[in-house]
Amino acid sequence: MSLQDKDRIFTNLYGYQPWSLKAAMARGDWDNTKALLARGQDAIIQEIKDSGLRGRGGAGFPTGMKWSFMPKESRDGRPSFLVINADESEPGSCKDREIIRHDPHKLIEGALVAGFAMRARAAYIYIRGEYIREAETLFAAVAEAYDAGLLGKNACGSGYDFDVFVHRGAGAYICGEETAMIESLEGKKGQPRLKPPFPAGAGLYGCPTTVNNVESIAVAPTILRRGAGWFSSFGRDNNKGTKLFQISGHVNKPCVVEEEMSIPFHELIEKHCGGIRGGRDNLLAVIPGGSSVPLVPAEQIWDAPMDFDGLRALGSGLGTAAVIVMDKSTDIVRAISRLSYFYKHESCGQCTPCREGTGWMWRVMERLRTGDAAVEEIDMLQQVTKQVEGHTICALGDAAAWPIQGLIRHFRPEIERRIAENTREAAE
Amino acid sequence: MADRYIEPDSPELRARWGNWAWTPENAAKAQEIIARYPEGRQRSAVMPLLDLAQRQVGAETQTQGWLPIPVMEVIAAQLDMPIIRVVEVATFYTMYNLVPVGRFHVQVCGTTPCMLRGSDDIIKACQQRGMKPGHTTADGLWTFTEVECMGNCASAPMVQINDDNYEDLTAERLDAVLDALARGEQPKTGTQEPGRHTVEPVGGPTTLTAMVDANHDYRGEW
Repeated sequence: MSLQDKDRIFTNLYGYQPWSLKAAMARGDWDNTKALLARGQDAIIQEIKDSGLRGRGGAGFPTGMKWSFMPKESRDGRPSFLVINADESEPGSCKDREIIRHDPHKLIEGALVAGFAMRARAAYIYIRGEYIREAETLFAAVAEAYDAGLLGKNACGSGYDFDVFVHRGAGAYICGEETAMIESLEGKKGQPRLKPPFPAGAGLYGCPTTVNNVESIAVAPTILRRGAGWFSSFGRDNNKGTKLFQISGHVNKPCVVEEEMSIPFHELIEKHCGGIRGGRDNLLAVIPGGSSVPLVPAEQIWDAPMDFDGLRALGSGLGTAAVIVMDKSTDIVRAISRLSYFYKHESCGQCTPCREGTGWMWRVMERLRTGDAAVEEIDMLQQVTKQVEGHTICALGDAAAWPIQGLIRHFRPEIERRIAENTREAAE
Repeated sequence: MADRYIEPDSPELRARWGNWAWTPENAAKAQEIIARYPEGRQRSAVMPLLDLAQRQVGAETQTQGWLPIPVMEVIAAQLDMPIIRVVEVATFYTMYNLVPVGRFHVQVCGTTPCMLRGSDDIIKACQQRGMKPGHTTADGLWTFTEVECMGNCASAPMVQINDDNYEDLTAERLDAVLDALARGEQPKTGTQEPGRHTVEPVGGPTTLTAMVDANHDYRGEW
C-alpha cells in the first residue's frame, strides 16, 4: 500500500502541464470555491483541525489551531492579515518553488479559503527574492485570478472581499522567521521581534496576523473538498496527511515527490530516488529535515518513519522534509562546517550569542575539519552550542547549534581521529 | 552580512547619479507597487522599489545593476523615509548590489546540498575563467559570488545568473552556458540534464505519469 496518484494534491508538481488558470481549473482548482466558503469560517477551521494538518514550514504546529487564534471580530477596527511564507531558504528545501511555479492556483485559492476562515482582509505572499521567475509566475497567476473575479471585491461571488498581494524578498534567510518576515514586509531590516506579543495579537502593521507556509495553505482547498477523513487516512497518528519530500545529495536520482507521511526512509529512497549512490552499505548519514535538524546515522534512519514524531525519536526532526543524503565519500565535518558558515552568513546580528557565536562556531568547525585543534576543544564547542541555543530571540541560534551537536553526538570518533592524525603529522 | 560596503559618496558619484530619476515606465510601476500596501504604510514598498531601481540602473549601465546613494535618496524621498532607513535595508539584504557589478552576476550556490553534488567543480570552473569572489572581470562581463542555498537542491549543483537559474551543472555544462552568454545568446534555462524536465527523478517520474502527456483530471478516480 502506498500513495496513489489520485490522492496526490500537487498533480502538476513537475510542470509538464501549464500553470495557467484554465489548466488549473481543468485539474480541479477553483471548483465552486463559493460553496467551500459558504460552509462558514468555523466549519472550515474545524475541518482543518480534524484533518490533523500540521504546519509544513518546519515547526509542525497544528494549522487549524493556529487559524483559530485569530480574533473573530475586530473590536477596534484593526483588520486581520494572512501572511504566506514563501521565503523558502532552508538548505535542502525546494518544494514551495515547485508549488509556486507549477501549481500557483492551489496556493492562491488556499489563500482565499484560509484568509476567509481567519477573517483576514488580505493575504501577502512573501516570496524569497531569488525566486525571480517563480515570482513572475505568481504575479501573473494572481492577476489571472483577479481578472476572473476569483479575488478582490466579492471574491468568487461569495460576498467576501479579499485581496492577495505578492511581496518579493531580497536575499535574507532570516525573513523565513515569522516576525522577521513581518518586519521585512513593513519595509525594515528582517530582524525578528520578541514574542509576546504574538502575531495573532499584533503582527503586520500591528494588526492580528497569521503566518503560514506555502504548502500548509496550498493543501487546504483539497482537504476541504475531500474531507478531513480522507487527509487523515494517510500517515500515523499525530502525523497525518501527504507531504512533499525533497531528496538531495547522494542518491541516484534526487527529486521532489509527494508521498504519504510516515513513509519509511528506505521506501522513499528506493521507490523514487533509485537508491543510495553505491548502494545501501554506502550510506553514511542523513539530514532528514533541512539543515537545521541534527543528522541521523545510516543504521538509525534506514527503517525510520519519515514524520514529525518518528524523527524526533531519533533526536532529529522532520523540519520541511528536505532530506539531505550523504554517502561514505562525504567529508562529514566539512558538510556540517559548511552549514555553520551558512548560519554565520545569515545571522541577522541582533542577538549577541548568535551574531558572535555563529562565527566562532564556524571557525572552530573549520579547525576540526583539518584536525588543527585539541581534543578538549570538541567539548568546548559543545558547550558553546549550548550557550547559543535557547538564548536568542528567534530559533536561528538553535538552528546553528543543532547540526554541530548532532555531528559531535554521532561522529566524535571521526573528529578525534583527525586531531590525532594532525598531531602525529606535526610531530613528524 | 557583515562584509558589505557601500560605494562612497563622492563628487564623481554625485556627478554621474545626482540627477537620476525613474523612467516614465518605471515611475508608473513604482506607483502600482506602492498601491499594494495600506495607506500610510508606503514604506513597505522600499524593497520592491530598490529592486526596480537596481534593474533600471542595470539597464542604463548594461550590467545587473546596483544602488548608488543618490538613487536610494530618490526612493527615500518618494516614500517619505529617512535615507538611513533605506540604506539599512539595502545593506541588510544581499540581493542589492552596493557597488557596480558586471554584465552577468554569476551566483554559484555552495551550501551543503550543492556541495555534495559537486559545487566545488563549478566554483573551480569559474575561477579558471578569472572570476573571484566580489570581483568583476576586466572585460566587465562577469561578477562572481558564492551564495547560500538557492532552493534548487533536487537539481543541484546550480548557478543563478541575473534572473535565470541553470541547474544540474557540471563544469562542462557551466562552460557551455557561460560561452553562450558571452556570445550574446540566451542558453536554455533550468536543468541542463538531457531529458530531464524539472525536478522529477532523472529518467522519468515515478508518480503522476498520466500528467506527462495530458492535463489529467484525477477527480474521476476519487
